[in-house]
Amino acid sequence: MAEKEVWITGVGLLSSLGEGLDAHWEALGARRVNADEKRLAPYVIHPIAPVSFDAQIPKKGDQRQMEAWQRIGTYAAGLALDSAGVKGNQEILSRMDMIIAAGGGERDLNVDLAIMNADAQGKLPPALLNEKLMNELRPTLFLAQLSNLLAGNIAIVHGVCGTSRTFMGEEASSIDAARIAVARIGAGQSDIALVGAAHNGDRGDLLMLYAFGDLALKDQHSSVWARRNNPGFAIGSAGAFLVMESREHAEARGAKPYAKLTKVVADLARRKEPGAVTKSLEALWPQLGVSGDNGILITGATGAEPATAEERAFLSQHAGFAVRATGTTFGHTMEAQFPLGLALAALSISRGALYPANDPTGLEVEKTEAPTQIVVLGVGHWQGEGMALVEAVS
Amino acid sequence: MTAPRDKFGRPIVVVTGMGIVTSLGGGKTDNWKRLTAGESGIKTVTRFPLDSLKTTMAGAVDFVTVDPFSSTSLSQRLAEIATEEALEQAGIGSKGDFPGPLFLAVAPIETEWPQRLEVAREVPTKDFGIIEYLATCSGGKFAHFHRRFTFGSVALNLAETFGTKGSPISLSTACASGATAIQLGVEAIRRGETDATLCIATDGSVNPEAMVRFSLLSALSTQNDPPQAASKPFSKNRDGFVMAEGAGALVLESYDAAMARGARILGVVAGCGELTDSFHRTRSSPDGKPAIGCVRKTLADAGMEPEQIDHINAHGTSTPENDKMEYLATSAVFGEHTKNIPVSSNKSMVGHTISAAGAVEAIFSLLTLEHQRIPPTINYEVPDPAIPFDVVGNKARDAKVTAVMSNSFGFGGQNASLILTREPA
Repeated sequence: MAEKEVWITGVGLLSSLGEGLDAHWEALGARRVNADEKRLAPYVIHPIAPVSFDAQIPKKGDQRQMEAWQRIGTYAAGLALDSAGVKGNQEILSRMDMIIAAGGGERDLNVDLAIMNADAQGKLPPALLNEKLMNELRPTLFLAQLSNLLAGNIAIVHGVCGTSRTFMGEEASSIDAARIAVARIGAGQSDIALVGAAHNGDRGDLLMLYAFGDLALKDQHSSVWARRNNPGFAIGSAGAFLVMESREHAEARGAKPYAKLTKVVADLARRKEPGAVTKSLEALWPQLGVSGDNGILITGATGAEPATAEERAFLSQHAGFAVRATGTTFGHTMEAQFPLGLALAALSISRGALYPANDPTGLEVEKTEAPTQIVVLGVGHWQGEGMALVEAVS
Repeated sequence: MTAPRDKFGRPIVVVTGMGIVTSLGGGKTDNWKRLTAGESGIKTVTRFPLDSLKTTMAGAVDFVTVDPFSSTSLSQRLAEIATEEALEQAGIGSKGDFPGPLFLAVAPIETEWPQRLEVAREVPTKDFGIIEYLATCSGGKFAHFHRRFTFGSVALNLAETFGTKGSPISLSTACASGATAIQLGVEAIRRGETDATLCIATDGSVNPEAMVRFSLLSALSTQNDPPQAASKPFSKNRDGFVMAEGAGALVLESYDAAMARGARILGVVAGCGELTDSFHRTRSSPDGKPAIGCVRKTLADAGMEPEQIDHINAHGTSTPENDKMEYLATSAVFGEHTKNIPVSSNKSMVGHTISAAGAVEAIFSLLTLEHQRIPPTINYEVPDPAIPFDVVGNKARDAKVTAVMSNSFGFGGQNASLILTREPA
């Protein structure tokens, strides 16, 4: 049975550059980067741009029930629904499927630090941990932390109520979210889906995990391609959401596509072997159906090693491609890495141009022709890799 | 010869291997024996001090140990044990080479308290803030904590151990996670992407912070004494769920592939359904509409009529709200037939295995079909008159069971149901 064509009919973006597609297009064109080297110095982060959440999350009570990552995601999801023209359309929303890629939410760092300091000073007998947690954790904080509660909030605020699935697992979770959504729509198991992720990089508690692995960028912001002597990722902030639907479904309701999402593939390289990522990407490439060797590729390359060096080895085999690294501009948005790439690909195709390069090393080159195909690439900083082909609708 | 398909022309999805660990024990044989004998796995927690806690019991799996302890490592170990049992029964692939993808239901992961404190003790400054703390985190001494506490770590390790194919999916739909893992596997086989999937659901979350968090939401039973009597689904004096640990693993295959290799078919996943509730973050819509829709979608997916369901393996958490809502939703869909359906909740004995519950209960449902015997709902001493289910109270019941509906409802408006049958329809 022929697979159905999958269109991207809605795109919602909120990031360190601002909100909405026009603001992003303008900022990308101006090569703007909003990085902060001071707030959590020595760590470099990209905080979310100032935004009034009321526009997409009208009830203050709802906003209070969420932490920043959920507000970012719920906001961007609302933008995507608006852009697809389905906001408030009960009939469609009640059967819209949702696949969210999520990590966990903000912890109460003050409570954590008080407990850790007490323990370090020998003032925390084991029994006291319970007491501190019972007395000091806000009851509703749990709900702001649970991975599946981003989807829960999107259901409550926007009424997206078909199926709701939350994938976890850093970068790979969002590649798989897109892959499963496309497979389901392609096979007729779903007509329309909301796919995306949210990440808040302005979090000391989150940095802990990446500090363990010495993976977070310190001191100075630079292009991801210029970090050989100071590797690492600058944690980014973004909500990136897409409305995907079958061509038939979109045409029946008169929806205009930004682009079509032809294929999403993913794998799990056994990274204990050097070169495994390069090999895995080489094996995925022919499955995409890329035509020609001088196309465009938007990558979420993180700047962390050895993953980025292995990705570069792969890119060097496709040297005719105009590459754009979202990591330089947005930082590494982890679960949002892949939907951000998809969003920028769809945006570029819909605007008939690729935005300018932003890379002093010269790996990224200018491209003037209107794009008809864009490859989106995602390599996890520690595990998982995948790619997608986004194309102009013919 | 045309390949056997279901009435919608899709590949039929069968179960060829099952493995289980709960607070009742390891393996199907032990679990089934103790479950049908009405035994409880709920005990007073001994893993950590209980001072200041309102709830002091759980269905912790203490006979499996991991060192150093973390809930994440325990979740992984429980998943490994269940998967080994499932693969041995299925006899599929070869050791470390499973011929299909992995769908893993697992609790959200974060660095846990013992590890946080281990780092804290090494911070050189007094009254440190996050930046000083982060400086101690880095430098490579604690690199293994990154490997352990990334969200994808359990799936990565399981994928490497069992040699599953492609990108493994870790998922959380709260208390419905186990059912969602099965649902994703069913969909992949129906799409014809693969002949086999490994669906695992695991939870090893009995730790102080998790208990505190659920306790602060007033979700847990506080009837600590005796612990075995705390979980009492459908009883008037129920007051909350009991946290528990466990894992369930299922090998799903297309009927064709299973027949072609001469595998023993343990049951059929005839239908799956899901519908989101947008009412509230922790509470179900009081009119039960989303749960009703979920059950109807599941029947429709299986192409079955309500009258064909002859047993419900209930979500039955023993919280005041869930059990009432579950009756409301069930009676709305099944109408007059409701009273003919024996209903039971495994959680009365094993507790609520949270992320694992959907898979654990699917396995118990399949064992119910195999043995034609319905496990009891224990502690059913004071029936709630508002829930006039035919509860299989306190003693297992022999019954003709051809199709079981297994329900899972969770925080965040997650509703998922499965229909399991003995034979292809």
